Amino acid sequence: MNKIPAETWVEIEQVILTPAQRAPGIPDDTRATPYVRRISGFLTAPAAVGGEATIRTLIGRTLTGTLRVVNPSYTHSFGDTVPELLKIGLGGQA
Amino acid sequence: MNRDMSYAAVMARKNEIMKASLGIDFSAYEQSPVCFDYERMMRDTGFSHDDLVRIQRETKVGDTPLFELRNLTEAVRKISAAGKGATILLKDEAANASGSFKARRASISCYEAKRRGFAGVATATSGNYGAAVASQAAQRGLKCIVLQEVYDSRGVGQPEIVEKGRKCEAFGAEVHKLTVGPELFYCLLTTLEETGFFNASLYTPFGIRGIETLGTEIAAQVRARYQRDPDAVIVTHAGGGNLTGTARGLIAAGALKTRIVACSVDLSGLHMASDHDFNRKSFTTGHTGFGVPFATWPDRTDVPRNAARSMRYMDEYRLVMQGEVFYVTELLAKLEGIERGPAGNTSLTAAVAMAREMDRDQIVVVQETEYTGAGKHHNSQLAFARSMGIEVRRGDPRENIPGKNIVIPERLDQVTGHDQPLEKLRLSYLKNAAKVVPAEQWTAADKAFLAADVKRDSAWLESVLPQLKA
Repeated sequence: MNKIPAETWVEIEQVILTPAQRAPGIPDDTRATPYVRRISGFLTAPAAVGGEATIRTLIGRTLTGTLRVVNPSYTHSFGDTVPELLKIGLGGQA
Repeated sequence: MNRDMSYAAVMARKNEIMKASLGIDFSAYEQSPVCFDYERMMRDTGFSHDDLVRIQRETKVGDTPLFELRNLTEAVRKISAAGKGATILLKDEAANASGSFKARRASISCYEAKRRGFAGVATATSGNYGAAVASQAAQRGLKCIVLQEVYDSRGVGQPEIVEKGRKCEAFGAEVHKLTVGPELFYCLLTTLEETGFFNASLYTPFGIRGIETLGTEIAAQVRARYQRDPDAVIVTHAGGGNLTGTARGLIAAGALKTRIVACSVDLSGLHMASDHDFNRKSFTTGHTGFGVPFATWPDRTDVPRNAARSMRYMDEYRLVMQGEVFYVTELLAKLEGIERGPAGNTSLTAAVAMAREMDRDQIVVVQETEYTGAGKHHNSQLAFARSMGIEVRRGDPRENIPGKNIVIPERLDQVTGHDQPLEKLRLSYLKNAAKVVPAEQWTAADKAFLAADVKRDSAWLESVLPQLKA
């Protein structure tokens, strides 16, 4: 499998708590899932997607997890136009 | 050293971790299991009002504009009875570094962390506060970690929270993006233990004192322009800090007759810790899922004693529906020529409804705005809701069912909000206190504290005691 070069900006994932280890008293739908953390940083050594990887975060800490995404990006937007909003307040009328 | 990192073991170390990461010995203020010396805890931060202002000016916080919303006020007057329709003012807190009032809250914590020699700060929040801590930490030369509840178990994140994570990273913070669950606090504790960072909790006396300048600025600006005190100040309410700090500032400025009104988005019926419900709400904060539990028991946070005690200052509590807020947000753009984010627009929605009932010569202040943009914009929120199977339509906002639909009003006179009776919340608060110590065992000092904590006196408390025992 292709290794991603060191110093690439990536996101790793860590399972913090398995379903059995989770807090008492949480809803059943939440309890059925593990508690997961994702953190981005620069790869400290070449690693493969899906394999173990170590990163250096923006504040210089070293963390290890499963390599999930290469060059993680923000793609959130203004969303598909909601026509219901467009007609509100036209002509200065509330 | 091999520490036990199980959930139960870390939670059991909570108090020692908190003490090391805050430098506050909360036990020094405890007077009984029920009551503590709140005012002394606030005073012991050691900052005068002038100190707060000076510290905040160093890092681009405060002195924000206060706008009169002339066109919106006129629109309200057109649908009001003769002589009604108060002037609506808006405090443009989006002008703070990081784009929200939360910069006030983060500024004093970061100043304190630096002063005490901490290498960094950590905070657990999915809100604007994360970006505020990251921005203030960047300016003070501190490292910063923000822990956010971002994703449901399918990895889907609410666009507004995703945007807030982006902003934290933009300020150079290490951002922990977590799935749904109250274990966020567990992660904060392990992070504080690993790093030795300062706990920039939302609920410390430093955070709340930082907000006091918002109240004093409002009093000064309204007096300078209108030669009177505001009749009502409306605060979007979640954890209670915004309301507590603002009210304390108004009181410090001598605006004692100003009514303090809380406002939250009504999300009754949705469970805040549910993986399924998580992405079926269009507001990530400022809603009843936080507002009601924090009002009725403030000491449920990441500090032993919460400095944000909203019921101590609250005169009224208004609820609004999601659709009403989206309608008023759009009106703010079309009538007033400014786009702002959801938090302030929640209280703006209540202000529209309240101004209609108030006299024409009265003044109602919406005490915050927040920045908007991709992810935070109301079009993003509604488009995301639609993609999650929520019905979005125009109609009577009373048909709103949280998690099922969003009904956007057709006319301004349908924006009414509704009342959350405070007496019921005060009783809930006392019932929660009775879980700590049974009401029969409350001392006179306990009773005085509990009454003050819900803005009532001991005579009131005695009069409702029979209802508690029932």
